[in-house]
Amino acid sequence: MRPTAATSTLAPASGSLGADTARLEGRDKVTGTARYATEQAHTPPGCAYAWPVPATVARGRVTAVDTAAALALPGVLAVLTPDTAPRLGHAEDPTLAVLQDHRVPHRGWFVALAVAETPEQARAAAGAVRISYAAEPHDVALTAGHPDGYVPETANGGEAGSSRRGDPEAAFDAAPVRIDAAYRVPPLHNHPMEPHAAFAHWDGDRAEHLTVYDSSQGANAVRTALAQLFGLAEGRITVISEHVGGGFGSKGTPRPHVVLAAMAARHTGRPVKLALPRRQLSAVVGHRAPTLHRLRLGAERDGTLVSVSHEVATHTSRIKEFVEQAAVPARVMYASPHSLTSHRVTPLDVPTPSWMRAPGEAPGMYALESAMDELAVELGMDPIDLRVRNEPVTEPGSGLPFSSRHLVECLREGARRFGWGDRDPRPGVRREGDLLTGTGVAAATYPVLVAPSTASATAHPGGTFTVRVNATDIGTGARTVLAQIAAGALGAALSAVRVEIGSTRLPAAPLAGGSSGTASWGWAVHEACAALVDRLADHHGALPPEGLTATADTTEAASAAPAFARHAFGAHFAEVQVDTVTGEVQVRRLLGVYAAGRILNPRTARSQFVGGMVMGLGMALTEHSTMDPAFGDFTEADLAMYHVPAHADVPDVDAHWIDEEDHYLNPMGSKGIGEIGIVGTPAAIGNAVHHATGVRLRHLPLTPDRVLPALA
Amino acid sequence: MQHTATGTEPVTTASGVTLRVNGTAHTLDVDHRTTLLDALRERLGLTGAKKGCDHGQCGACTVLVDGRRANSCLLLAVAQDGTEITTVEGLAGDAGDGELHPLQRAFLDRDAFQCGYCTPGQLCSAVGLLAEAAAGHPSYVTPPDTGSPDGPASPGGPAGLTPAEIRERLSGNLCRCGAYPRIVEAVADTAAEAAR
Ligand code: FES
Ligand code: FES
Repeated sequence: MRPTAATSTLAPASGSLGADTARLEGRDKVTGTARYATEQAHTPPGCAYAWPVPATVARGRVTAVDTAAALALPGVLAVLTPDTAPRLGHAEDPTLAVLQDHRVPHRGWFVALAVAETPEQARAAAGAVRISYAAEPHDVALTAGHPDGYVPETANGGEAGSSRRGDPEAAFDAAPVRIDAAYRVPPLHNHPMEPHAAFAHWDGDRAEHLTVYDSSQGANAVRTALAQLFGLAEGRITVISEHVGGGFGSKGTPRPHVVLAAMAARHTGRPVKLALPRRQLSAVVGHRAPTLHRLRLGAERDGTLVSVSHEVATHTSRIKEFVEQAAVPARVMYASPHSLTSHRVTPLDVPTPSWMRAPGEAPGMYALESAMDELAVELGMDPIDLRVRNEPVTEPGSGLPFSSRHLVECLREGARRFGWGDRDPRPGVRREGDLLTGTGVAAATYPVLVAPSTASATAHPGGTFTVRVNATDIGTGARTVLAQIAAGALGAALSAVRVEIGSTRLPAAPLAGGSSGTASWGWAVHEACAALVDRLADHHGALPPEGLTATADTTEAASAAPAFARHAFGAHFAEVQVDTVTGEVQVRRLLGVYAAGRILNPRTARSQFVGGMVMGLGMALTEHSTMDPAFGDFTEADLAMYHVPAHADVPDVDAHWIDEEDHYLNPMGSKGIGEIGIVGTPAAIGNAVHHATGVRLRHLPLTPDRVLPALA
Repeated sequence: MQHTATGTEPVTTASGVTLRVNGTAHTLDVDHRTTLLDALRERLGLTGAKKGCDHGQCGACTVLVDGRRANSCLLLAVAQDGTEITTVEGLAGDAGDGELHPLQRAFLDRDAFQCGYCTPGQLCSAVGLLAEAAAGHPSYVTPPDTGSPDGPASPGGPAGLTPAEIRERLSGNLCRCGAYPRIVEAVADTAAEAAR
């Protein structure tokens, strides 16, 4: 174990695995030539534009759609309604069954689609469609004891809905030191900078082939969904996602815009562009469901945990069960003989929640790590020591050994870098004029996930190589790291390797999600390249003009059940200042130290870690959505209302990691790094606010309207 | 040309306009509702300027209009006749093929982006920022006693661009990937280079 900074002293050769390597598409992105979903070099002739019409009731039925005024506007080609839209096949994901019936399951559900020659005409037409509803009483208010709540069999990720070990209640009651606290995380929105968008066209006289450019985290999944919905063989559909302007989970599953674009193109016989307006996103691309947490920690006076209970209440929609698995980290983090974790989900008349960066871990660790801080304060113990004291030998929930776990090293290395040792633990005593300052720490964890993938590698006569895999680069640097993996496996220079990603014309691959992309795609790329090296060794004489190709399919290797608990770990440290006059909290410093296997590209890895921490800062301080009980609507629907962090909110953010060797992962030895950065950040900031002010706030985000009254 | 419901009064809903973009003049008929952003993206094939919100909330559509940064989603194309528009495609020499603008270079060097969707806006905004700072325009965080009594409050030109100044001046450009710390470094590098 040798902690290192972002640049190791034993820096690997440029371009190879582990070397600081610039993004291959960097130049395209800074010159504006990288093309995103609806950005064709030239808008094709006859291209039409589509604009959806969202429902304005929270529950009910569409009783009539009057399209006369819309159709009378200039340039309008069609208005699709539940009565006129093409019939689709069975939708495995009910959120994709758009315009198929008259039911309105939540506000913002699409009830019509205007298609016109220009974007302006489409928008005007959508505004002119008159929809009549039979509205029904709705219920969008989540409460912990909602009568419709139930404990699901499984939560997101296939995790058990509940778990129990020993007698957690009795152990808690008997514990000499107890924390029993309720925390609340509001609904949150992914809001990638590129709104969901698609460009669709059907080719051939009888519309034989559908081509879609979609802003998606996984083109293969989009193709599969479209094949089912439109009753086509997958071979008749091409989905391209070459450059994607962020996703953070919201583009991880196919979304209704792509179905509507294909529908509109079919209906009008035109190529169609559909870019969702920002204000429509919150209802149709998923959101992080609100979570209400009850944490009970029972400990001995020396800090040893005897009982850990994490109970979560959350919501889902009426049409699809999605359960934010926020109690799951409590099965991973700390040793305790007695434990209870449970999720209770209530279906409400709300939009369908889904993945947002570190689903489960982000809100769950906010609550758990805040409670650990409360316990440390109660015990008069350093919060790092408390965590070290409760470090488990095996994974508490499963009893499995960890493939690697270096949480303690992250905490110690972070403490050293942050200057934690000098910390005065007393809360509310550091004053600079109107400001109170404080520091906080929290741990982070994220599971190692991997999915089967295929890939191919070709050696060309000129000494160059092409690697093909339908990976997606949503900003992670996937293109670059896959080229590094290939160059390493081939023993070739990075410049000799060309990587093709982002199209279903390439070997099938899983989505960019669950921090699993690099492991999944990289594994297949590694195997294909290794097979190619073997083929080349057997080959004598010049290569044929088409080159030599080898393929790989990791279905068997990647789906084998691991005999280990595999997780990345990290430690987050924050320093905040709290303005006692305005109630504003500002972060001064943010540090993350991670143990996430082998870091394949320090440059892009650092950006991923830091980006996650910035989103965690938003979760702690600025991001907040509200389900309006009267209208059944997210009130913070655009970027003026929903505050993602801006430049001025974000101070120096630093990310470091520990060299971690783990032989039970994949050929690269890597763990996912895209999500763990968000996980411990909100608790670290919340704990720092407590240290600054002496006030414990348990409801995110920590906005002035909450902070100021608490200081009074 | 469209007619009102009564059919008597002709109402003009589109007009000819000449847009000068990155030094090239484009004459086209635009719907009066067409924003500069949509004209660039849908009519001229200049998709460097991005649409993040269409409402002036994110800065992804930032371009330079007569050298000043502006949200192109908030400008009507028809009103831009006679202005000189620069988009990200026009920052580098020779329409993107030549030498990169120092800011583009710095963004690459610092890995100041991830998905890249906010990047063109950040870059154009940063070009505007450097010019504003050089001209002595103060920002919200510029100390009130900066500058000379008879001139504008000056943060001291690009050299006075502290990280806090850069953050403040770029806060109209959101980056959901959270590349902010690297963007600030890239702009600071460029400012320092310019001051040398
Ligand atoms: S698109 Fe213009 S500010 Fe967001
Ligand atoms: S780089 Fe993705 S939004 Fe800034």
